[in-house]
Amino acid sequence: MIETLNKNTKTTCYHCGDFCAEETLVLNDKTFCCNGCKNVFMLLSENNLTSYYSIEKNPGKSLKQSIGNKYAYLDDTNIQSKLISYIDHKVARLQFQIPNIHCSSCIYLLENLYKINNAVVGVRVNFLKKTANIVYDVNKISLRQLVELLASIGYEPSFTMNDINQEKPKNINRKLLFQIGVAGFCFGNIMMISFPEYFGLDNTTRHYLSSAFGYINLALSIPVFFYSGQDYLISAYKGLRKKLITIDVPLALGLVVLFVRNFYEILTHTGLGYCDTLAGLVFFLLIGKWFQQKTYDSLSFERDYKSYFPISVIKINADNQTTTVAIDKLKIGDRILIRNNEIIPADSILLKGKANIDFSFVSGEKEPIAKELGEIIFAGGKQTSGNIELEVKKLTEQSYLTQLWNNDIFAKDNASKVETFQTKVSKYFTIALLAIAISSAIYWAVYDSSKIIGAFTAVLIIACPCALALSSPFALGNAMRNLGRKKFYLKSANVVENIANMDTIVFDKTGTITQSNESQIEFMGNPLSQLQKELIFSVTQNSIHPLSKQIAQHLNISSAIILNSFDEITGKGIKANVGGNDVEVGSAKFLNITENESNALNTRIYIKINSENVGCFVIKHAYRTGLKQVINQLANQFKLHLLSGDNEQEKTFLQTVFPTSSELLFKQNPADKLMYINTLQGNNQKVIMVGDGLNDAGALKTANVGISLSEDTSSFSPSSDVIMDAANFELLPKYLQYCKNTMKVIYVSFCLSLLYNIIGLSYAVSGTLSPVIAAILMPISSVTVIGFTSISTYLLARKMGR
Amino acid sequence: MKIMFVLIGSSFVLAIGFLIAFIWMVKNGQIDDDYTPSVRMLFDDGTVKKTDEEKV
Repeated sequence: MIETLNKNTKTTCYHCGDFCAEETLVLNDKTFCCNGCKNVFMLLSENNLTSYYSIEKNPGKSLKQSIGNKYAYLDDTNIQSKLISYIDHKVARLQFQIPNIHCSSCIYLLENLYKINNAVVGVRVNFLKKTANIVYDVNKISLRQLVELLASIGYEPSFTMNDINQEKPKNINRKLLFQIGVAGFCFGNIMMISFPEYFGLDNTTRHYLSSAFGYINLALSIPVFFYSGQDYLISAYKGLRKKLITIDVPLALGLVVLFVRNFYEILTHTGLGYCDTLAGLVFFLLIGKWFQQKTYDSLSFERDYKSYFPISVIKINADNQTTTVAIDKLKIGDRILIRNNEIIPADSILLKGKANIDFSFVSGEKEPIAKELGEIIFAGGKQTSGNIELEVKKLTEQSYLTQLWNNDIFAKDNASKVETFQTKVSKYFTIALLAIAISSAIYWAVYDSSKIIGAFTAVLIIACPCALALSSPFALGNAMRNLGRKKFYLKSANVVENIANMDTIVFDKTGTITQSNESQIEFMGNPLSQLQKELIFSVTQNSIHPLSKQIAQHLNISSAIILNSFDEITGKGIKANVGGNDVEVGSAKFLNITENESNALNTRIYIKINSENVGCFVIKHAYRTGLKQVINQLANQFKLHLLSGDNEQEKTFLQTVFPTSSELLFKQNPADKLMYINTLQGNNQKVIMVGDGLNDAGALKTANVGISLSEDTSSFSPSSDVIMDAANFELLPKYLQYCKNTMKVIYVSFCLSLLYNIIGLSYAVSGTLSPVIAAILMPISSVTVIGFTSISTYLLARKMGR
Repeated sequence: MKIMFVLIGSSFVLAIGFLIAFIWMVKNGQIDDDYTPSVRMLFDDGTVKKTDEEKV
């Protein structure tokens, strides 16, 4: 109670919005939590950049950690050349990834960086990608100074091994946009020219215009066919060579027939041709393709260990001097210095210092592990207690952890794991289409041989599955956008369909169903007096039970009172006498107290002093809120499994959460997890893996769908199909249900487009398909399908709530 | 009716102009980032807004 009162009266930092906990610095009536924040404010106000604070409230980032000579490695010309994209004797240009770009104030400050330091020539921020393109004067500032400048105002660029080892990504593929532009241009002009014909022209005008219009149309349809539509033709050809009938086959067939028939009709003056249908078809198809191509630029779905490790490490030379070396230059036997909160870059032996390594991200064990001198420390762990000195035993890429990436699964590009609904359907569709076309040709061969070609080609034209080809991209593309708005980011739109087909979910424990931060302790009851605290501390300190230890740690008192008696009943509680006071610590049952509320996700430890109930400590399990509901909802539709890298300590609790049919496995190493998923898939199960850390990377990749949970979507997450915001864990069942519903939308829109096809076919087989009908039917069917899928996916997303 | 050809010709020139403008725009990377410019245009140049508690 007192805690919360205090919080309300606490002042917040003007710069970063944090509570000013230890010290409060005041400047110009504004409060700051630390010198770092105050310095940024002073720097900005000196340079007339205080608009930074009026655009968004408390936009800054806390600067409690000092930079030191962390960026010394940027003086290395070798590393520089890999980061800088352009350099001459005057200026250099490079792109930084800045994870802290989060609001409009950030854009403002970064783009006005030249006002703070005139060595900066210009900055261009891409908010969605969280990047800043910076041009700076190489004669005035070094790369290291530039990075330190950015870090000093709270915009620390992130560098990883990936930036250095990987080639720079190529320019974004803009071909599709050019294709759309050309198709749209031709479509519009062909429509304009074809319209007078449809509305009817008198004979004299027709004589003048008709053939001229026809030739113009033909000319316009050439770029549509050969440039804009080329991908469909090529992919259909490639598919057929592999004996695959995809949706592109009937599409390409329709396009070719349209194109050839246009030429024939116009050159022989036997008809108007279907140029507008051809152009419209290609235009709509390309729009659908573009719609489906949406990607989340600021998220990376293809990360491997390289982007987890830092770029460089401090090496201690023989003469005890330190230098910074790139991680890939480390050699076996090198001595390295690891500071607090740094990641161990390679398997090494501890030489000096107190090692307390947090492996939660690597192995799933949540408690930091203390290591003795001479013990081996695996790469990937994070040092948590001061500086240590290590000797490298294995290179980074051969380390215990990184070896996982040598598994075949990472070499394969398993993009098309399942046959999509569209490919399944297009096989039958193409066969039926050809059957109808041929039978109508045979029919007319018997009755009226002049109509054979006309009817045959008309069937292929009108049945060209434009609407069908559009329904999947639009439904999936929309679903992907709607899910993205709810912080469930898909790698590509096809993942929606993959998710809808799954039947098994495998969870990781640490960081996935538990929160990564430690469990919390709160005391409920009247505030404890100092004496009471000391009494409880003295008792709990003597117990080996983990809960007692947590309480003792929470009380954090230095002096303990000597115990007169101490009696611990395993699994129940403690009875002790401390300096004449009877202290009882334990469960409600043990102390004969009736609990007014109980919660499976909390553990309550009651305290009695001299037979008087003083209150209880509530220890919140670090499980995510709503875990039980999520599991219950999912259990109806999926088989659930749990793979934990941790020990079995919490098995009994987890058994109450998961249904009895679930497998709960503990002490699983990364390779075990990968193998387990393989075994499930061997039994024909389609598996979703939900994980978070590097130790799940193999499993996430093997699984049909890998979902990686991330506390902060801009920070590292292993390669996966989906990145989801951990705060929305409760919504997981709804996300999955939404994907299934989206598939239903696709089925319905497929029926709709078939309906249009049947109407069109009835004209086509009778040999009476006029260009006007084709020109009307094709866009109408496409628009209906687009409208239907967009509206229904939107409504479904609204139903999902939040 | 020959005027029609002049009209069509000029409309083509216009439309081709737009097509070129579109291609130019895409090549220039104007549509690569469709969010940041919308924020950037709202910034005042160099002047501090007198709103909020600003008095510096």
